[in-house]
Amino acid sequence: MSGEIGLWAVPIAMLGGAIRVSTPFLFVSLGEVITERSGRINLGLEGTLVFGAMAGYALAFMTGSAWIGVLAAAVAGSVFGLVHGLLCSLPKVNDIAIGIALMLLGTGLAFFFGKPFIQPVAPDLPSINLGWWSDLPQVQAALRVNVLFLIGAALALALAWMLRRTRVGLTLRVVGDSSDAARALGIRPARVRILATAFGGALAGIGGAYLSLFYPGSWNEGISSGQGLIAVALVIFARWSPVNCFFAALLFGAAGALGPALQSVGVTSGYYLFYAAPFVLTLVVLIASSSKSGALTGAPRELSITK
Amino acid sequence: MAIGADITGPGRPARAWLLPLAGRVEGFVLPVAALLTGFLAFAVFLLFLGKSPVDFYALVYKAGFGTAFSWTNTLSRAAPLLFAALCVAIPARLGLVVIGGEGAIVLGGVMTGGLAAALAGWPALIAMPLLAIMAAVVGGLWIGAVGALRQWRGVNETIASLLMAYIAIALMNHLVEGPLRDPASLNKPSTAPLAETLKVGDLPGWNVHWGLVLGILGCIFAWVLIERTTLGFSARIAGGNVRAAQVQGLPVGKLVIGFTALGGAFAGLAGYFEVSAVHGSANASLASGYGYTGILVAFLARHNPLAIIPVALLLAGFEASSGLVQRRMDLPDATMLVLQGFVFVAILASETFTGRIDLVGWLSKGGRA
Repeated sequence: MSGEIGLWAVPIAMLGGAIRVSTPFLFVSLGEVITERSGRINLGLEGTLVFGAMAGYALAFMTGSAWIGVLAAAVAGSVFGLVHGLLCSLPKVNDIAIGIALMLLGTGLAFFFGKPFIQPVAPDLPSINLGWWSDLPQVQAALRVNVLFLIGAALALALAWMLRRTRVGLTLRVVGDSSDAARALGIRPARVRILATAFGGALAGIGGAYLSLFYPGSWNEGISSGQGLIAVALVIFARWSPVNCFFAALLFGAAGALGPALQSVGVTSGYYLFYAAPFVLTLVVLIASSSKSGALTGAPRELSITK
Repeated sequence: MAIGADITGPGRPARAWLLPLAGRVEGFVLPVAALLTGFLAFAVFLLFLGKSPVDFYALVYKAGFGTAFSWTNTLSRAAPLLFAALCVAIPARLGLVVIGGEGAIVLGGVMTGGLAAALAGWPALIAMPLLAIMAAVVGGLWIGAVGALRQWRGVNETIASLLMAYIAIALMNHLVEGPLRDPASLNKPSTAPLAETLKVGDLPGWNVHWGLVLGILGCIFAWVLIERTTLGFSARIAGGNVRAAQVQGLPVGKLVIGFTALGGAFAGLAGYFEVSAVHGSANASLASGYGYTGILVAFLARHNPLAIIPVALLLAGFEASSGLVQRRMDLPDATMLVLQGFVFVAILASETFTGRIDLVGWLSKGGRA
């Protein structure tokens, strides 16, 4: 199968895999950047991702349009974000714990409603062939890029600009750094955080729709195995910067593509260990990017995990 | 009064002795109210789907608690929940949210299944405790590492423990399908089945394995440790204010690593009993979600080890009934997961009422500032 390019198939497949696998990481982490910049952490995005995958697939199947599926996933995701944001605005309610609960609830609801959609086939999201210049089928396959990936890349730039240059971005940063300062400026921190969490949920939902509508491209209960969680950890690694999130997502995508890439050239032993590669990588970068004092450069000061 | 008592400072009003009592009442009333709210929310959810909530809860009662047979099932499922909840509740005393107990359960089970093959000829009197200890050690090291990372590197323990749970499950799949696989296990890759002599039997006269008793003893042990020893008291201070604990010269680092490791050791024991008393060999059934239900149990019990016992029984009953409920009411198998999600959200949201039930003020005017 590797043909005359031999082991070169591995890095090429990893590049293609990185682009394919990274998109959910990208969307979830971009959403989480916005949420965390407002001073909250939403660990429940894993559940949102799974529910988004189910909702997107179900709606795409019922309407025949993959884009309606993406929209539905975004709406469903924002509802989860809204619930998280509202509950955490109650005094004494812990955002990390609520995230764990919503992870459980989101996954449960997705499996509950998703049962009838395991068999049917929904339409796929379109992709653009950026590998037309190459004769090698492997290169062409690797560079068949999904539209959502390109949207995600553009979104990373847009969000970076938004955070740095716009009033919305400033408001978000003030709220994330000091509730008191925000209040002094006449901003209501709770409201900003609720909206930021809803936005984060919407993006996580889209990430889920990508999973079920493009790659792997079908809905089943094992569709996400921790991508949502990895993406949340990745935000710390990316130091709360949307542009860094883009590169971090690609890196994790490549790690996630390692197993399938090796399989494509016939390496099958240790499949499960390669499967664990993104988790090990996440743990390693988490260890490397944390510090003993708990203070992290670039971290929003109201964020509970860095306090 | 022992060290767990409320600290009364000078200038407290006369009715200050009511304060701990008020805490007790609140600690009981709030979770129960939250639990009922969760059940009610799920009932509304069922109504929306056109299913009868009355039928649902009646079936849960019947299949979970109604007959001797259903109690057998419930009690067997309660055992791993007790251990899994301790893995959350013990570190919680230090303010740590460890949610990766599933990983320690899985590895404890693999250690049991893998080591049992090597100990086949050994006398049970030595081999059985050795298996249990090794399962606990593996679990303790796994979750203790989470504590160590937290202490030495400031790595968030919630994220790290969950990541490590995924790694542990991948490790288990690798070992069970690779190096430790019994060639005779065709459909479901497993380790070699445990020798009959190494299997943990049932309680005399019951159809429930010894893991239940050990789990309850574990809860009592953890309660004594937390509520009645200086160690537990130090942990509570460290959980409240790390800086103050350090100023007092408390060994915060050792507490963090020790408490997480102890929690992990209990989770490892859950894996030991799942393999030695339930499955008979280590396989993918080990990752059946007890670790995650255990998180809910611990939160519902408000991380009080003694309260874990009734809560674990209750949730075990729900899990035991799930098969029958799904078949009779034509519900998907994720039904109990949804119910648990509702209850979980309700219990966490109820935290907002902590300290707002003014029992003391109600009993004596101005009892509370």
